[in-house]
Amino acid sequence: MTRFSAFSLFAKALSGHQNWPEQWPDAAPKPGYDAIIVGGGGHGLGAAYYLAKKYGITNVAVLEKGWIGGGNTGRNTTIIRSNYLYDESAHLYDHAVKLWDGLSQELNYNIMYSKRGVMMLAHNVHDVQSLQRHINANRLNGVDNEWLTPEQAKAYCPPLNISSDARHPVLGAALQRRGGTARHDSVAWGYARAAAALGVDIIQNCAVTGIRRDANGAVEGVETTRGYIASKRVGVSAAGNTSVIMHMAGLDFPLESYPLQALVSEPIKPTFPCVVMSNTVHAYMSQSDKGELVIGAGTDQYVSYSQRGALHIVEHTLAAICEIFPIYRRMRMLRTWGGIVDVTPDRSPILGKTPVKGLYVNCGWGTGGFKATPGAGDLLAYTMAKDEPHYINAPFNLDRFRNGRLIDEAAAAAVAH
Amino acid sequence: MSGFRLKTGGRIDRSQPVMFSFDGKSYQGFAGDTLASALLANGVMLFGRSFKYHRPRGLVAAGSEEPNALISVNRGPGRFTPNLRATGIEIHNGLNAFSQNRWPSLAMDFGAINDRLGMFFPAGFYNKTFMWPRSFWDKVYEPAIRKMAGLGDAPTTEDPDVYASTYAHCDLLIIGAGPAGIDAALGSMDSNKRIILIDEQDELGGGALADPALWPWLERSIKALTNAPNVTILTRTTAFGYYHDNFIGAVQRLTDHLPEIEDRPREKLWRIRAGEVVLAQGAIERPIVFDGNDTPGVMLSSAAKVYAHRYGVAVGKAPALMASHDSGWHDIFALAKAGIRICAIIDVRESVDSALMHEADRLGITVYLNHGVVGVHGRHGVSSVDICDYADQRVRRVDADALLMAGGWTPSVHLWSHSKGSLKWRDDLGAYVPDQPNENVHCVGGCSGDWDYGTGAVIDMLPTPKDQSRIKAFVDFQNDVTAKDITLAVREGFRSIEHIKRYTTNGMATDQGKTSNLNGLQIASSALNKPVPDIGLTSFRPPYTPQTFGALAGHAKGALFQPTRTTNIDSWAQAHGAVFELVAQWRRARYFPKPNEDMHAAVNRECVAVRSSLGIFDASTLGKIEVVGPDAAEFLNRMYTNPWKALEPGRCRYGLLLREDGFITDDGVSARLAPDRFHLTTTTGGAARVLNMMEDYLQTEWPDLDVWLTSTTEQYAVIALQGPNARKVLEPLVQGIDLSPEAFPHMAIREGTICGINTRLFRVSFTGELGFEINVPTAYGRAVWEQLMAQGAQYDITPYGTEAMHVLRAEKGFIIVGQDTDGTVTPFDAGLDWAVGKKKPDFVGKRSMARPDIIAPGRKQLVGLLTDDPNLVLEEGAQIVADPNQPIPMTMIGHVTSSYWSETLGRSIAMALVAGGHDRTGDTLHIPMPGKTHTAKVTGTVFYDPEGARLHV
Amino acid sequence: MILIHCPYCDEKRPEIEFANAGQAHIARPLDPSGQSDADWEAYLFIRANPRGRHHERWRHIHGCGRFFNAVRDTVTDKFETTYKAGEPRR
Repeated sequence: MTRFSAFSLFAKALSGHQNWPEQWPDAAPKPGYDAIIVGGGGHGLGAAYYLAKKYGITNVAVLEKGWIGGGNTGRNTTIIRSNYLYDESAHLYDHAVKLWDGLSQELNYNIMYSKRGVMMLAHNVHDVQSLQRHINANRLNGVDNEWLTPEQAKAYCPPLNISSDARHPVLGAALQRRGGTARHDSVAWGYARAAAALGVDIIQNCAVTGIRRDANGAVEGVETTRGYIASKRVGVSAAGNTSVIMHMAGLDFPLESYPLQALVSEPIKPTFPCVVMSNTVHAYMSQSDKGELVIGAGTDQYVSYSQRGALHIVEHTLAAICEIFPIYRRMRMLRTWGGIVDVTPDRSPILGKTPVKGLYVNCGWGTGGFKATPGAGDLLAYTMAKDEPHYINAPFNLDRFRNGRLIDEAAAAAVAH
Repeated sequence: MSGFRLKTGGRIDRSQPVMFSFDGKSYQGFAGDTLASALLANGVMLFGRSFKYHRPRGLVAAGSEEPNALISVNRGPGRFTPNLRATGIEIHNGLNAFSQNRWPSLAMDFGAINDRLGMFFPAGFYNKTFMWPRSFWDKVYEPAIRKMAGLGDAPTTEDPDVYASTYAHCDLLIIGAGPAGIDAALGSMDSNKRIILIDEQDELGGGALADPALWPWLERSIKALTNAPNVTILTRTTAFGYYHDNFIGAVQRLTDHLPEIEDRPREKLWRIRAGEVVLAQGAIERPIVFDGNDTPGVMLSSAAKVYAHRYGVAVGKAPALMASHDSGWHDIFALAKAGIRICAIIDVRESVDSALMHEADRLGITVYLNHGVVGVHGRHGVSSVDICDYADQRVRRVDADALLMAGGWTPSVHLWSHSKGSLKWRDDLGAYVPDQPNENVHCVGGCSGDWDYGTGAVIDMLPTPKDQSRIKAFVDFQNDVTAKDITLAVREGFRSIEHIKRYTTNGMATDQGKTSNLNGLQIASSALNKPVPDIGLTSFRPPYTPQTFGALAGHAKGALFQPTRTTNIDSWAQAHGAVFELVAQWRRARYFPKPNEDMHAAVNRECVAVRSSLGIFDASTLGKIEVVGPDAAEFLNRMYTNPWKALEPGRCRYGLLLREDGFITDDGVSARLAPDRFHLTTTTGGAARVLNMMEDYLQTEWPDLDVWLTSTTEQYAVIALQGPNARKVLEPLVQGIDLSPEAFPHMAIREGTICGINTRLFRVSFTGELGFEINVPTAYGRAVWEQLMAQGAQYDITPYGTEAMHVLRAEKGFIIVGQDTDGTVTPFDAGLDWAVGKKKPDFVGKRSMARPDIIAPGRKQLVGLLTDDPNLVLEEGAQIVADPNQPIPMTMIGHVTSSYWSETLGRSIAMALVAGGHDRTGDTLHIPMPGKTHTAKVTGTVFYDPEGARLHV
Repeated sequence: MILIHCPYCDEKRPEIEFANAGQAHIARPLDPSGQSDADWEAYLFIRANPRGRHHERWRHIHGCGRFFNAVRDTVTDKFETTYKAGEPRR
């Protein structure tokens, strides 16, 4: 692996950039591996990297049906934060945030983690109570999150409309300063390059079509569009397509897949310094380093794998953005796109073992999986290496839907009374 | 020729001069000019600076595919719009336009240093560097990158504009009004079909507007269509997205071309549902990739023809053509016919149709076959061009002052692709064309690959004897992507076209790759040595061209963003100085401050008034459902946790509603009016949800039950009259109801009249005092309220708001669903065991309460908390620990759900959900807050009148 | 915005008149208390979530108010059919 640095960039420039090597080889499948990851998104590539780096399993293949990072990794709004209410969630997401910090150096790939702060707005008394509950819980969990008055919020994010006669006036905000964004494609590519350097095969255009199990029911390999590949350890990290893969192993899952849209504006000079989220108004936004305003929309209401959303969802999202940031009404929408998000009944992920021996799963991240990328990868790798979950992901098991031990952040935010 | 304006020709109105400014300098154009044509006529070649290298850039195109000439327009305060295409801005008197992404000026831009250093900024450079030292990313590198990036400036003030929107339905929607689209409209005009014809330009005609020979036909056609009653014509309207089931979004620009906007809508969103769609969007000419192809003055040959024949402007005094396609020859002949001297025709092909050669010969144009451009001289405009004879590699210079590119055509399949129609690759065109439709749609004309432009050679880039690594041959002009960026991406292992796009940003600029995608594909195809169809095609996504947020959502601004629901009594509260809060979609009076009172003082006064004499409260927002039918009691018995069948008519009962997962979702007091009729109440926010849930069970699980559900939330105004003097006020106003405690006990309902108005009168209390809730038809709410105010004056009747209501109910330990419970609390957790029918075999949520974790010990349970310091009011949402001295992360055992100052009790009170809380009564718990840890004792949740004596009077 | 045929109104109407109500043909057990934890979990939470032919429920919430069933392809989003609640699975 050629080390990336300003020096290597300079040296290669002098030779006209003619001798940069491949960032990762285009591998063909071998007959078998010690571990297979199904799904070449950030989570799957991260899992492969940590299997090789931390847990000593380097004979690993990542199988991607299209091109790596082409699913939700390359379609999300890149928000990173960990100010979750419940201990389980706070520990899970903060594990990821700690890994984000320093990831560029670890991977020798600038993934552009930008700690610009994530601000969540309170628009009514109930929101205030809910955010203060978060802030208090976060403080005692060692997760930074602080309360801002409307004036402080505006000072942090000048485009914010804090007029008291707004339809949904801003009564305050919770700010996590360590929150921010990262460059989504670079995360996938950086993990792929680092994993490949440790011996991992990155196999693209290779769709899994079946899961083969032995007489005892344990996994022994996967059928793919590029032939059978043997492995006694298969980790599925396939986001919206998880149900489809799990059916191949005879498992029904507590998941539904919905279209989720996002959009960007045309690039403009720096105008928006942080990430702002409003659950009440249903809007969230940041500005990319390229200058585009990056805006997340809501999900459509029906199950779909079409990666295609409806116009009225976009209308509603932009109306919400213009309500909170009226100065942007003359900005222009450049591009919209859709992803497929897999949602569990409690909207928390499932990360751990399955009833099938040798089959592991990382799914159900809904609309919020990007922020967890390094953490999810690391914990899936740990679980696959040890055949038991790490204490951080142990609560995010499948059993909770049977025994009732749900981790329901949205329910905790409750509804207005 | 005066300047670059031709003496004759064009569709501009030379009798109407128009004055406008660009970068502060005044210019004159004519009505009918775009900013692009008018500046070109004035000899302006330099329109902007490129995104990354800040290279000088001029016009490439004449239409909405223009990648370079991005302009900001300022129409006064709040009316600043960045990133508009000069080719789409119709000039008007007073137009105030600016170039972008340059400092200090367009001609001298310091950012152009990037161009000199360009070798250090290849595709993906940011992934490879800026990592050391680590702390520099946030503080130094990223801010610098952000400052360099971006195009125009963001608006800084809110726009004063209004926006319109509509839904439209038609049998036939035709998108694009060039010759093919107009033909389609003419062909269906005599049917009974409702037809909508839309085009993004200011006049119909498309390509015909640059072909004077077609103008008589165009005029006749437009007249016929305009006169047809079944045809709606929308100009200046861009169909930007094609959604499911022939649903098309389009934006019409209504006032941008006018000198004055006044108060007319600026833009209008059309949402069109069409029976059938005809796409006639035409095709876009492809640039040719060669060193220096971004120099101002290098443009598409079709654009030069448009400038000459539509706008009467020459793009140069001696333009040359660089062609790989016949169409450029036709364009250059058209320029010659407009009186422009042609410098040369250069064609990469070894031979072309002899008819073209003859025509060139007849017009006296020098032709270089088997030649290609290998260099362009001039920085802010073309001064001459180096061409190479591919036969002997000899390079010669031709003295052109403009260079036209004719690289073939790319059908505009954007909307077709939005609709999920499939595409097929055509080698002869070097382009994708529509294949199988996914909706009732078909393509005609250029966008289907059907054109009469002749033939051409499909090339990736022009061969050059120069060192490939030292040249700058642009593929994506706006994003500064060169051919070698694409080959670098391939070298580094990016093989899918989606990867190449994302790594190089080719096709991701504001023109969405309209001129760059196909060239990028061809270059990648050569580098990978694979046919184009094997490396994929990037997806086309809405919008076709960028659309303002205002156009898409501006119709829903301000009060129209989300209607605020108000009660009939709201106007009284407003008139009497209430401070409001938003609850769900409603606004409710939070408190009624007297002069110089803050919230605290007002709430204290309101609470004391209720406890000592009389308060009045607007409870109209409570959800109400009328449940009617022989099986009404059976239905409620299945829905709610508690038994309903034995409830006698005339009596009320507290109902607790769970979701099927066993957690509390709603509650409310409901009354049985008759054996087959109930009046349910729900929480304010829960009304719609509860009705939907009940309908679901009724219609799909228990369709055998004969029950009807009707939302009556908005049929009744509800006035809560609470306090020891409540009955005394009601007595003179109510007829037909015996109000005596014996005849009308607590938790009963009676029907009669109040002030002559029919009422359902509940004797219920959410305060712990003697209380009534008066339901009257909504329209009478304020009138009855005012009568009660007048009658109650002798008892100093006091209106109170939601804040006092919260304090009063908390003193009594009544929960608020959504505050003291969240979506994880069972009836047992909330201490509502008494409201669960133990003998009922089933109700919604019962089975879930038997799941292992729900019956496990240690669940969070609702308790009262009394702080050791009675003056301390805990923060709602504060976390509770058993051991305050533990290190972080601490083990939290619960949180404060409700916390108030109780003026009645002279101390603070709180409720909390605490793990195993019901067994902790008397324990001291700790609440660590910044700077101080508070202590409190666990108590029961009823702080006031635990026996309920005050209710039963 | 998809068009949905309401089998009660017998009209195709735009999606914003309707509320999706999840997977169809999941009957509430007649004796919930007799269900094992696993059976109850399956009823509450386990969903087919197929890529392709999908049975789902809709409510014409801003129309006739009725719940009905539909078969829709989740890849193309196109409806195969809609039918009244209580009619057999198609």
